[in-house]
Amino acid sequence: MKTMAEKIWEQHVVVAGDGEPDLLYVDLHLVHEVTSPQAFESLRLANRRVRRPDLTVATMDHDVPTRGGRLAADEIAERQMSALESNCRREGIALYGIGHARQGIVHVIGPELGLTQPGLLIVCGDSHTSTHGAFGALAFGIGTSEVEHVLATQCLRQRRPKTMAVTVDGALPLGVTAKDVALGIIARIGVDGGRGHVIEYRGSTIRALSMEGRMTVCNMTIEGGARAGMVAPDETTVTYLKGRPYAPADAQWDAAIAHWKALATDADAPFDQEVVIDATRLEPYVTWGTNPGQSVPVSGSVPNPVTETDERALAYMALEPGTAMEAIAVDRVFIGSCTNARLEDLRLAASVVRGHSVHPKVRAMVVPGSASVKRLAEAEGLDAVFRQAGFEWRDAGCSMCLGMNPDILGPGERCASTSNRNFEGRQGSGGRTHLVSPPMAAAAAIAGHLVDVREFGKN
Amino acid sequence: MEPFTHVTGVLAPLDRANVDTDQIIPKQFLKRIERSGFGPFLFYDWRRAGNFILDRPAYRGAAVLVTGANFGCGSSREHAAWSLLDAGFRAVIAPSFGDIFKSNSFRSGLLPVELPAPEVAELNRLATEEPGMEITVDLGSQRIRAGGFETAFAIDPFYRECLLNGWDEVALTLRQDGAIARYESTRPAWLPISR
Ligand code: SF4
Repeated sequence: MKTMAEKIWEQHVVVAGDGEPDLLYVDLHLVHEVTSPQAFESLRLANRRVRRPDLTVATMDHDVPTRGGRLAADEIAERQMSALESNCRREGIALYGIGHARQGIVHVIGPELGLTQPGLLIVCGDSHTSTHGAFGALAFGIGTSEVEHVLATQCLRQRRPKTMAVTVDGALPLGVTAKDVALGIIARIGVDGGRGHVIEYRGSTIRALSMEGRMTVCNMTIEGGARAGMVAPDETTVTYLKGRPYAPADAQWDAAIAHWKALATDADAPFDQEVVIDATRLEPYVTWGTNPGQSVPVSGSVPNPVTETDERALAYMALEPGTAMEAIAVDRVFIGSCTNARLEDLRLAASVVRGHSVHPKVRAMVVPGSASVKRLAEAEGLDAVFRQAGFEWRDAGCSMCLGMNPDILGPGERCASTSNRNFEGRQGSGGRTHLVSPPMAAAAAIAGHLVDVREFGKN
Repeated sequence: MEPFTHVTGVLAPLDRANVDTDQIIPKQFLKRIERSGFGPFLFYDWRRAGNFILDRPAYRGAAVLVTGANFGCGSSREHAAWSLLDAGFRAVIAPSFGDIFKSNSFRSGLLPVELPAPEVAELNRLATEEPGMEITVDLGSQRIRAGGFETAFAIDPFYRECLLNGWDEVALTLRQDGAIARYESTRPAWLPISR
């Protein structure tokens, strides 16, 4: 009796640790411009080469400009991008650079290309690598020294994590999205509740989610402290992957599916921890503080501080306890990031926007997760919906999720954002972030303040 | 990596929980392509806001940081560990650490020490009430001494060995080349290839 995480782990053991960490084989190593330069440099200084360039894929996403193309990049961003280019050229690594038809946020393009598949061990120098777990892959973020280790050996030394089952059951109420499921889970387990664990998301709510929705939930796993989150592959997974550029084809497709089906956690396999959540009681959530666990339903109000951390958060956010969340005015709205910038997210946001205009005091932008998402959205006219309402429609990248490019909040500016981190200064020094779902972000852009999307547009 | 046996130096307190790596080193400083030079930007926004505890003269040049639970949560940026090292810290003591930060610290030569919350609180009190007091963190004997305070700590034995000997983990793994090649020969044909 084994959990899915344990099965995948065991399939990847190259050398069993015997008291030491296990040496694991990496099937797919994703690389981006910000956390890789030092790894390539050390590799070069040690006279080592990349062991498996054919299992490595690179993209530019973190500091690319989202308008004006590469020429708009500042000098140091340009230095990072050219470093990635020359590293990839020297080592023969496929690169989806700025301007490439399939460039985009690393966690968006892996699945789009069909590189992200069930049962794989996937790593990337980025904490939101947990996203890929939506396919039933064991996927987690690593630091730059580990990136170097994987480049050189295609392996990684790891201690086996504990397992946690998060079961979400029931139909999602109207207006409640995968993002709210993620925020609801973090509100329950806390920002470090998953530390040392791999989370497996189960239950009828998760099964009913699209792959996009599952990716949103798995993406936010790290915000609950766990390095990896996963969902067992099923028909939804298989349908999503079929025909993608790097998905198995022909005879190999059947072999792959047989393997994928056997990955599911055995009935009665024990987890180290179990959490059960009733989806029918979830609401659209909004964060009020400076970590993703500090959230309330949008119908609620800013809570009284309990800890010193709460007090610091309220001071930073300039909020008074007791203020109705819906009374909080916003200056900016950001629809983007690897959490919520896939086609389904943009469709949901556009359905709220259609026929309305962005509030005159708000500056709102949509940044598609990838060049492909952008193309598909334009093909169905979503860009026109956003543009006509007054949203800026940008090129793909991480953008204001972390503000390494010119897209940042000014000091004191308040933003409703579909990204994953409301940390102090995350979207710009002194900026204040409220995490919400795409429809909630769209509604806030129009109303000029946080607003319950379920009530929005009724009068 | 330089071997790490022990550190003796000033203990600095940062009594906050859930300090994320965005606070340790804000993103505008991640554009460097070197491993060094991050020290001046450690806790940049908090320092700039003024009156930051680590800027008090007694804590200048501190070598050990004592802080709250879940230190280093959030982003995987190893720059967080590098900036602490570059600013002169060799060890961080907390009730718990973010998983990726802990792993990054071991691999870049910064010692993450987990102690029970009451002991961390005691160290925090000492560092606050006797600013500039010295602490010794000895990895060999797995003991900590600060004035009259003394305790033992547990640590992953593998990373302890790596730190004590200054081992290069990549070199260790490259010795397993035969096992890696054998594993590779058993990988099924349907697994994705990126080109
Ligand atoms: S979109 Fe944000 S969270 Fe996702 S990879 Fe980019 S910076 Fe990280």
